[in-house]
Amino acid sequence: MDILIIGLLLGGTYALMAMGLQLQYGVARIMNLANGELLIAGAFGAFWFYAGTKVSPLLSLLFVVPLAFALNWLIYRFLILPLVRRAKSQGKLEVDSILATFGLSFIFIGIMVAFFGAQYTDYAYLSEPVFIFGERYGLNRVVSFFASAVLCIGLYVWLHKTRAGLALRAVSVNPSAAGLVSINVARASAFAFALGGAVTAAGGVLLSMYLTFDASYGVVFTLKALIIVILGGVGDIRGTILAAFILGLAETAVATLIDPGLTLAAAYILFMIVLLVRPEGLFGRRTA
Amino acid sequence: MSNLADTRQAMRAGAGLSSGELRKLLISAAIFVLAALVPFAVDGYPLQLAINIAMYAALATSWLLFSGPTNYIALSTAAFFGIGMYTAAGGIELLPYPVLILLAGVIGAALAAVVGLATLRVSGVYFVIFSLGLAELIRQFMTWGQHVFGTMSGIYVTIDRSEPEYYWQLLLLTVVVYVVGWWIGRSRLGFALRIIGNDEVVAVHCGINTALAKVVLFVISSAFASIAGALVAPRWGYVEPVVAFNPFVSFQVVIMALLGGTHRLWGPLLGVIPFVLLWELIAIEFPSQTTLLLGVCFLLIVYVIPNGFTGLVETALGRRGKAGNAPGAAQRMFDPLRNLRQRGKNRNA
Repeated sequence: MDILIIGLLLGGTYALMAMGLQLQYGVARIMNLANGELLIAGAFGAFWFYAGTKVSPLLSLLFVVPLAFALNWLIYRFLILPLVRRAKSQGKLEVDSILATFGLSFIFIGIMVAFFGAQYTDYAYLSEPVFIFGERYGLNRVVSFFASAVLCIGLYVWLHKTRAGLALRAVSVNPSAAGLVSINVARASAFAFALGGAVTAAGGVLLSMYLTFDASYGVVFTLKALIIVILGGVGDIRGTILAAFILGLAETAVATLIDPGLTLAAAYILFMIVLLVRPEGLFGRRTA
Repeated sequence: MSNLADTRQAMRAGAGLSSGELRKLLISAAIFVLAALVPFAVDGYPLQLAINIAMYAALATSWLLFSGPTNYIALSTAAFFGIGMYTAAGGIELLPYPVLILLAGVIGAALAAVVGLATLRVSGVYFVIFSLGLAELIRQFMTWGQHVFGTMSGIYVTIDRSEPEYYWQLLLLTVVVYVVGWWIGRSRLGFALRIIGNDEVVAVHCGINTALAKVVLFVISSAFASIAGALVAPRWGYVEPVVAFNPFVSFQVVIMALLGGTHRLWGPLLGVIPFVLLWELIAIEFPSQTTLLLGVCFLLIVYVIPNGFTGLVETALGRRGKAGNAPGAAQRMFDPLRNLRQRGKNRNA
């Protein structure tokens, strides 16, 4: 029961972080290996804000999200777009963007170490118990989960009920066909990349409320987000949310039953199973 | 397709060494002999640098064996390097050291086979993702294993070796990697890999078992990284998970190979020497900003010299109107797709 609830709470926050990557990879088609570092940057932003003001870190979303949006838009505009233009094929672009974002992730780590140091960081906010079915859970986890749920639902509705969201989904399905129906694909991609970064950073703010992190921990979150996206199926938000809960549960089960140090192993086992059984993901479409 | 058959025939006909190749072989041999004399000329700090250069030369060249022709960026060097270190450290009380070095290669190869079979059948991106976290995954397992089975967080490993001996060992490994790479380049496997790197769909249609070719090469490449780990473990003296599976090793290997250029087997050798020196400079001058500055170097290489030093050299040679003698000419001849593409262009024109 413990595992179930903690796993679901964790999965809820993972869903938000993975939706960010989903937007960047599914719509803008950029494999962003610096995604986890951005999440950690969001976490540091919340930490810095909470340490300075002592009001709810949730409020730090108000400046973390716009900042992350602007930063990612700049990254797309000045780092990724030249690669898109230079690339002769999708494969070449993939290699280039992987290399560029890999280098970028180290720059992020370097900047964060310079500002916040390399030590483990956490802060105590709402670390009082709540009771669910008679068991104690940290209030911060529950609050984080609900905040994530609100953002996820908002994003889902936005993607499915507005014209702008429809345009993004169209680009995700087929960029060249989207161009034919007068969608500005370049702008939609840049927007999706920036929005994805903002969503990921928001995930970082929420995770920072109960997780301990340090500047170099981003790669683990990059992997988790990637595995969730692949497990759910690239380009499918429902799949991402479901997969995030599966990963949250699997990780919590491993952490509780075997050892808290092996959470990445849980993610990898899921990854292996997906690769061997259903490489296109739970909701993905099989490509020829 | 007839073009492809021609090329194959050309490959078979060229099974013996041409005079150009013989010359290149002699030059390479001379360079390695000169490199082997380094410990007689210097010791102390310069020799330590030379050992680092030899180690990264072996790692970067073995990285290139797989990632060069296939264009799949392997970010897993640290994982295999660490496995090699742990094989040497864990078995030093039980088995003779030379056996351990081979064993490290075998274990690295076995792991690479599992990883390769799981990911390389599907798509390049999945392979990159898997390789990105592999070092961290194994580090977690090692930490957990040592936590469960022992109390120590690391293992001491000491054998009697002098600094020049470490240098020669690593240099020899580099030579072996280089020769194996050269041999693969001439073999059917290398030919298949070049086609895969150019266009995987065409490769499949030519009847190449693309997955098998990639897995075999990844296994070879990873085994060498493990052996390098086993060779340097005693020099470090104390092996613990955080040090052995340091993701920086993967990062540095990729950056050095890119700096040198990934289109030629000798590319990494050109990249390793300047980069090890630059890294030393950065570590001394800006000890707290190494990560940041290395990230910047990495981006500069990706954006400014995407083809590395070898690309620059070849462009320069090409401009002087010696395209026929440029080192790229041989490969261009063996690149059937480029010829096909060229034909397409001519037809369109």
